[in-house]
Amino acid sequence: MFGKKGSILFIFTILSGLLFLVRLFYLQVIDDSYRNNPMNNSSVATKYEYPNRGFIYDRNGELLVNNLVSYDVMVIPREVKEIDTASFCELLEEDKDFFIKKMEKARKYSPIRPSIFADQLSKEDYAALQEKMFQFKGFYIQKRMLRMYPHPTSANVLGYISQVNEATIEKNPYYQMGELTGTQGVEKQYEEELRGKKGVRFVNKNIHNIEVGSYKGGKYDTLSIPGKDLTLTLDLELQQFGEWLLNNKWGGIVAIEPSSGEILALVTAPNYDPNIMVGRERSKNFNVLYNDKFSKPLFDRALQAQYPPGSTFKIVNILAALHLGAMTPETTTTCHGGYRYGRGPNDFMACHCGTHGRPIAIREGIFRSCNSYFATTYKRSLEHFTNPQEGLNQWSNTVKKFGMGEFLGVDLPIGQKGLIPDAEYYNHWYPQKNWRASTTISNAIGQGQILTTPIQLANMVATVANRGFYITPHVVKKIDGKPITNPKYTTKKETGIDPTLFEPVIDGMQMVFESPGGTAYWSQLKGVHLCGKTGTAENFIKVNGKKVTLEDHSIFIAFAPRENPKIAIAVFVENGGFGSRIAAPIASLMIDKYLNDSIQNPVKAQTIHDIDLYKEQYNHKKTLLGLNGTLQQK
Amino acid sequence: MAHFNKNSLHVDWVLVLTYLLLVTFGWLTIFAVTGPDTFIDIFNFKESYGKQLIFIGFSFMLIAILLSIENQFYEQYSGVFYIISILLLLGLFAFGKNINGQTNWYAFGSFTIQPSEFVKVTTALALSSLLGDNLFDLKKFKDLRIVALLLFVPIVIIVLQKDVGSALVFFSFIFVLLRKGLSIQFFWIMFGIAFLFISTIKLGLSPTLIILNLLLIGFFIYATKKQPLFFRKNMVMVITTFVSVNLLIFLSSFAYSNILEPHHKDRLHLWLRIEKSPEKIRELKQTYGYNNNQSIQTIASGGFAGKGFLQGDRTNGKFVPAQYTDYIFSAVGEEFGFLGSALVVILFMILILRLVYKAEMQKSKFARYYGYSVASIFFVHFAVNIGMVLDLLPTVGIPLPFFSYGGSSLWGFTILLFIFIKLDGTRLDDF
Repeated sequence: MFGKKGSILFIFTILSGLLFLVRLFYLQVIDDSYRNNPMNNSSVATKYEYPNRGFIYDRNGELLVNNLVSYDVMVIPREVKEIDTASFCELLEEDKDFFIKKMEKARKYSPIRPSIFADQLSKEDYAALQEKMFQFKGFYIQKRMLRMYPHPTSANVLGYISQVNEATIEKNPYYQMGELTGTQGVEKQYEEELRGKKGVRFVNKNIHNIEVGSYKGGKYDTLSIPGKDLTLTLDLELQQFGEWLLNNKWGGIVAIEPSSGEILALVTAPNYDPNIMVGRERSKNFNVLYNDKFSKPLFDRALQAQYPPGSTFKIVNILAALHLGAMTPETTTTCHGGYRYGRGPNDFMACHCGTHGRPIAIREGIFRSCNSYFATTYKRSLEHFTNPQEGLNQWSNTVKKFGMGEFLGVDLPIGQKGLIPDAEYYNHWYPQKNWRASTTISNAIGQGQILTTPIQLANMVATVANRGFYITPHVVKKIDGKPITNPKYTTKKETGIDPTLFEPVIDGMQMVFESPGGTAYWSQLKGVHLCGKTGTAENFIKVNGKKVTLEDHSIFIAFAPRENPKIAIAVFVENGGFGSRIAAPIASLMIDKYLNDSIQNPVKAQTIHDIDLYKEQYNHKKTLLGLNGTLQQK
Repeated sequence: MAHFNKNSLHVDWVLVLTYLLLVTFGWLTIFAVTGPDTFIDIFNFKESYGKQLIFIGFSFMLIAILLSIENQFYEQYSGVFYIISILLLLGLFAFGKNINGQTNWYAFGSFTIQPSEFVKVTTALALSSLLGDNLFDLKKFKDLRIVALLLFVPIVIIVLQKDVGSALVFFSFIFVLLRKGLSIQFFWIMFGIAFLFISTIKLGLSPTLIILNLLLIGFFIYATKKQPLFFRKNMVMVITTFVSVNLLIFLSSFAYSNILEPHHKDRLHLWLRIEKSPEKIRELKQTYGYNNNQSIQTIASGGFAGKGFLQGDRTNGKFVPAQYTDYIFSAVGEEFGFLGSALVVILFMILILRLVYKAEMQKSKFARYYGYSVASIFFVHFAVNIGMVLDLLPTVGIPLPFFSYGGSSLWGFTILLFIFIKLDGTRLDDF
């Protein structure tokens, strides 16, 4: 039109105009990712609605855990601009000094991160403040959900909630930074049931973060689903009584309803008040608990502590022998103050049954806890087969049927296997396989290599009470009012042992309480036939490579009533001495409490409560563990 | 020469109508961006949209004055205007008001004025006056030097005042110089350097070297086949091309890795879509690319027909920074959709193309070069501003004529345009 020279600007204009039209057409008409995806649109904010976390009740409907809504006034110091300090203080009902002090503190913490300005507002204050909040730039109100524990008990079972860590967020995209999740106990195990499902709302917002309406009329929104309430199998009163009895002691108590596998009490001592693991104080308190090497309150002794079961294991031992056909109820042995299992001068297991060479059978063996009788039992079990290897494996398999030596599968996030050795175990230590029954004879009396946790022992005694089966112990009875249906906690696990074989054993266990000379004769109850067995476990710790003997663990297992048992219980008290000294009375008191809802012998209960093993053991353990300072009594 | 007859003014109605449409559309958009959400009072002169209304009123007064001044006045006094405007620009160093770290404004109370907007006009006048002289020849080094001085004085001052966007506009005069007869090779060489630089960054050093050398070799082989003596005849040219292309590629690579600051690199990465890590992209979009990213999201959300006047939730939510000045086109995109944005683009195209067309028709050389200057200035504003808002170019602060809020820029563009309309309208009497 006007020559080469002038056409450049002409061409450039047309080219850029066309480029813009194409680009606009692409952005506005073809590429619909901005228009149809609410997440892509930054004027649409995603708001989460957190449902209330489920409550937790005990088996009788007593409230154990609920929620406390609290409102905190938060401040981001750098964003505070031109506010009317006087009227703000008036609304908060605070004076100017408070304002200055708090602002200084917040600024010191961080000028750009939110700090709490005033915490735990009442609902009325919240309502009044909420309306006027927009006037105060840099301040906002944060709703906070706190867990509340009306009874300061069962922290080990209930667990606690805390903010999710990054690992969890990576694994489970449901969670966002800063959200809360169960980190221990039932709170962790039943997290999904308790938390419900958060709702998502997409709202249009302006750049000042003020909502101006819902996005596309709420087309993409989802409602939150409230958390489900849990009913535990725990009996609050029994649990608290157990905790009271274990005052100033280390140990665990597990009580199970044999017919259902429901855990009635799961006590560990020392424990802590669950209310200290709530809110802002949690991390501080957690560190205090974590660093308490003397009491180790975070260690759940009922689930995690692996102790030698001592003489209580004799019950399993005799049942295994009867089942394997190595013994009959009529088989007798004699005891001359002990059992000689080898030719060496030290190959002798002492016994204090006091039967002086009189032949004794199963019942007397049990109620007098005769070591000779059970050493014979164990030896015969192993020698019943062609070689000790096979014998031990047969024995081990039978014992494991009681839920020992493996994870029991309790519905709590922690646990331990314990140890029931088999042939392979000893072959490892004796590569020539030159071991014999007598080499492992300590297993006969629950010492040696055998380790069990209190809950495994309780499950064992429940199996005996059931005459041959158990249901995996569990702490949750109902979810949202409906009984649990998980087959793991509703189906019987059979040991395969003939129920009739249990009767003579149970006779012996009854005589432990009722026959003079029975090891728990002084712990019997009026009006109910108790069956039980004491145990006393030697224990050592290693200090600088040297074995140091500590005071024995006091152990007791029991169930009651003899017919239609309602409760099976295992009690461990670390360094408590003989089983009959502390563990047996505790078991008896617990059974009394559960069956009769009263205590026949309150004086005894008080005496047990008052026993202070901390004091007894402190100086001894202090030097061993290298602890400093004096004992801090709770 | 001067028998000026008022009745013989024939304004070009296409230009005037386009101007009026753009100004109206522009004000509506400013109203949409800065207007209140609920209570509407268009005569609220405390708000930006109210002030802009006053600016528009003043513009009409300016138009009346401009149209009544004789054509010779503009040409004769162009040098004076130029010097005055440069002095005003220099005066900013002493009396300028500092706004956001830039001292580009004189302040009279709450009212501010930006001299650089007017320097564009005076430079266009002065340049046209120079080029209008028949004896002036760009092939002469002496004359080229004068032109260079004329253009680089304002560029240097404005860059020193940190207004890179305005300085960029002065490069638009290259179109005028090309028209006057500046060798087109200047243009292609500039273009080529930019191309080499960008492709080196985008593709990396070795791929660029390989591809371009292969292309060159291919071209020369093709040329030799067509014309057996090509190589022998053009030996020097061939070798120079090879050496300079390779040298430029290495230089680009060197400049990129040793001279550019990390934040410059980040911008280039984002613009050239080099960054591939989604996390880094997200981070860049929150920092350097934040404005552009918000801008295209806002435009895209408008869809084909737009959300409707005053209905743009992102505009109402003030999501796009500087939306009433440099990013105003995003509001057009959101509220009037593809239809509205395309209309604005087409209106600008009409304006520029009409200016070029009209410039070519001028008998007076002064008027012709002036018309070219006006078209070039509008072109750079149009291309750079909308290119940036559509995320095709990196962020450069440069207003969209008649749309971006501000009295100085509106008046500057109005004066620029109407001086040409006046020159054009009286051309018949101009002999």
